[in-house]
Amino acid sequence: MYNYIAPYPGTGERTDNNVYNIVKVETLTDSIYLMDVVAPRVAKTCLPGQFVIVRGSEDGERIPLTICDYSREEGTVTIVFQVVGAATEMMKALKVGDSFTDVVGPLGCPSELVNEDIDALKKKKILFVAGGVGAAPVYPQVKWLHENGVGADVIIGGRSRDLIILEEPMKAAAGNLYVTTDDGSYGSKGVVTDEIRKLVDNGNTYDVCIAIGPMIMMKFVCRLTKELGIPTVVSLNPIMVDGTGMCGACRVTVGDEVKFACVDGPEFDGHKVDFDEAIKRQQIYKTAEGRAYLAAKEGATHHGGCGNCGGDK
Amino acid sequence: MDVLKKVPVREQDAKERARNFEEVCYGYNAEEAMAEASRCIGCKNAQCVKGCPVAIDIPGFIDRMKKGEFEEAFQVISQASALPAVCGRVCPQETQCEGKCIRGIKGDPVSIGKLERFAADWARENGIRPVPAAEKNGHKVAVIGSGPSGLTCAGDLAKMGYDVTIFEALHEPGGVLVYGIPEFRLPKEAVVQKEIENVKALGVKIETNVVVGKSVTIDSLLSDEGFDAVFIGSGAGLPKFMGIPGENANGVFSANEYLTRSNLMKSYQEGSNTPIMAGKKVAVVGGGNVAMDAARTALRRGAETHIVYRRSEEELPARVEEVHHAKEEGIIFNLLTNPTEILADENGWVCGMKCVKMELGEPDESGRRRPVVIPDSEFTMEVDVVIMSLGTSPNPLISSTTEGLETNKWKCIVAEEENGQTTKTGVYAGGDAVTGAATVILAMGAGKAAAKGIDDYIQSLG
Repeated sequence: MYNYIAPYPGTGERTDNNVYNIVKVETLTDSIYLMDVVAPRVAKTCLPGQFVIVRGSEDGERIPLTICDYSREEGTVTIVFQVVGAATEMMKALKVGDSFTDVVGPLGCPSELVNEDIDALKKKKILFVAGGVGAAPVYPQVKWLHENGVGADVIIGGRSRDLIILEEPMKAAAGNLYVTTDDGSYGSKGVVTDEIRKLVDNGNTYDVCIAIGPMIMMKFVCRLTKELGIPTVVSLNPIMVDGTGMCGACRVTVGDEVKFACVDGPEFDGHKVDFDEAIKRQQIYKTAEGRAYLAAKEGATHHGGCGNCGGDK
Repeated sequence: MDVLKKVPVREQDAKERARNFEEVCYGYNAEEAMAEASRCIGCKNAQCVKGCPVAIDIPGFIDRMKKGEFEEAFQVISQASALPAVCGRVCPQETQCEGKCIRGIKGDPVSIGKLERFAADWARENGIRPVPAAEKNGHKVAVIGSGPSGLTCAGDLAKMGYDVTIFEALHEPGGVLVYGIPEFRLPKEAVVQKEIENVKALGVKIETNVVVGKSVTIDSLLSDEGFDAVFIGSGAGLPKFMGIPGENANGVFSANEYLTRSNLMKSYQEGSNTPIMAGKKVAVVGGGNVAMDAARTALRRGAETHIVYRRSEEELPARVEEVHHAKEEGIIFNLLTNPTEILADENGWVCGMKCVKMELGEPDESGRRRPVVIPDSEFTMEVDVVIMSLGTSPNPLISSTTEGLETNKWKCIVAEEENGQTTKTGVYAGGDAVTGAATVILAMGAGKAAAKGIDDYIQSLG
């Protein structure tokens, strides 16, 4: 049964299904990039709300990214990422014709909207609130609604003009689009919650709000919508490793229950999410405090790749 | 030499190894292996074989070892096992083959595991590779998961001539052998990768990054992708937590997360891109092999490391060798101790763990004496990292997306023990996905039985 035969190459094996070629790269702002990547298995079944985990290189971190768009025909998915650390810094160097080492998905549960009755949806007043790169996961939902004849209002907010992305495609798919910047460099000056209040004060009513963006933004949107009585869905992006329920790093308290964002989410009832805990948990490998903590405790063990700090902070 | 005593195996010095990730056990050399093999009396009605879940012809391979015929010895093992270098390292031999060895009645049992390891390592170092089946039979089988049960099932089916594709959810094949068991117990590049290459040399294809239940479903594999049968060996991947206050504080990890960061994402290596929190004083809650692995990993990261277990030493579910190694390396065992709350500072970081002392009462349904809280025994351990190692349960991603696939109340897939058949036609299952968390070798035994079951099923289709 066994013979001496010549050694053969290592375990790297690629088929048509897992050569994740990059077919389009767009620089949205100085630090935010959009890429279309060939990933046939993901493109075939993914729905708005789901995410992928990518690795840009053999020794890269596993980075979770919400699917921004997809083409079933081309077998591609669109991802959008902001350069915030070593791994995304490396990813931004990728060009058309290069490929990701790994793309796995679609992970997580699709947005609840896609399971709802279209006629019922048409009667609903829906408000999307996107903060920064959060516009990327908001877009496929707005687009999906638009394709099904449902209009929705969308607020895109960012610190400044260079953090406002996907305005044009969003405008094409949204009912009304409102843009805000903290510094007033574009759109209305202020934060997204100011805009929500303004809309409501002007007599708009909403049956549901979907807020996606930085944890702190979602926290404040939820605080306001609770006061206004608007049910709100948020999409969480906590630290995770495998994305299939294995590691439990992404656990989040929702109401009285501990949920895993990767398999139970990423979308949850925003009024039940314990944001303070979620915000603290994001700091584990992230903030100056966390990094100083790690440095003090362990010395120079933090070499970046947490996706957040570049390893130098 | 005293035939009642086994030939001792050389190990890395405990103090030395407590600071590195190199393999603890060096294994036998040829001379030692032959000497140990000569202790086997070659029982006609060999009890050791009955103790082996994959029924390796143990006296057969040891007989070849006695004569120095290592390649032949490896061939005998390979007829039954696809992963001998792995099993020689991680099987609980003391309760299986070696536990049944006649030599063990009066003295030490024959070190069957160390002999198996030597034969497999020797074969690998001498470039002995399996060759694929002479003829393909034209039938396609999909295997979900590239852990021990999946690799075994795939290897056996490929030997029978099947066209086998393994679908793996992570970016690297190997399952628990890669993400779970640490380098110092099971070297990845030198051992695991090579054994996977051997399975691939039989013609098995491995597609990584496919989460069955998400990327594809069992039904689509059967109806759209032309597979005649599917084997589910997706393991028991979901970590359990205690449900005590403070468990979401920063610094509380599942053993799965801690070990995956260290092993799969290689954070044990200098220069890895994946961070891990080592801690100054680590408590690992639990007493199984995974708890030992997590504790010994934390120790190697320089932390004072404690095992916190609610029963006594006798009930520790870990292999005797793992407990022995952990103690040698300096892990502190806090037995009959149970956490009740994890304390965090004002910024959410773990700063302590409240525990109670336990004593053993009457036996419970598992037959082990039930731990009972001693009144007024509460105390606080000062720790900054807590690793929960309380066992794992099967991932519902597959069972929840496959109609007609029954599970029991523990979310384990219901399957026949003798052939792995599930409640869905053409779908077989084995390993931890069926039994809940168990051992590598039991999963391999189930993979083997299912390969036979799948062959019988496909043959019956005519």
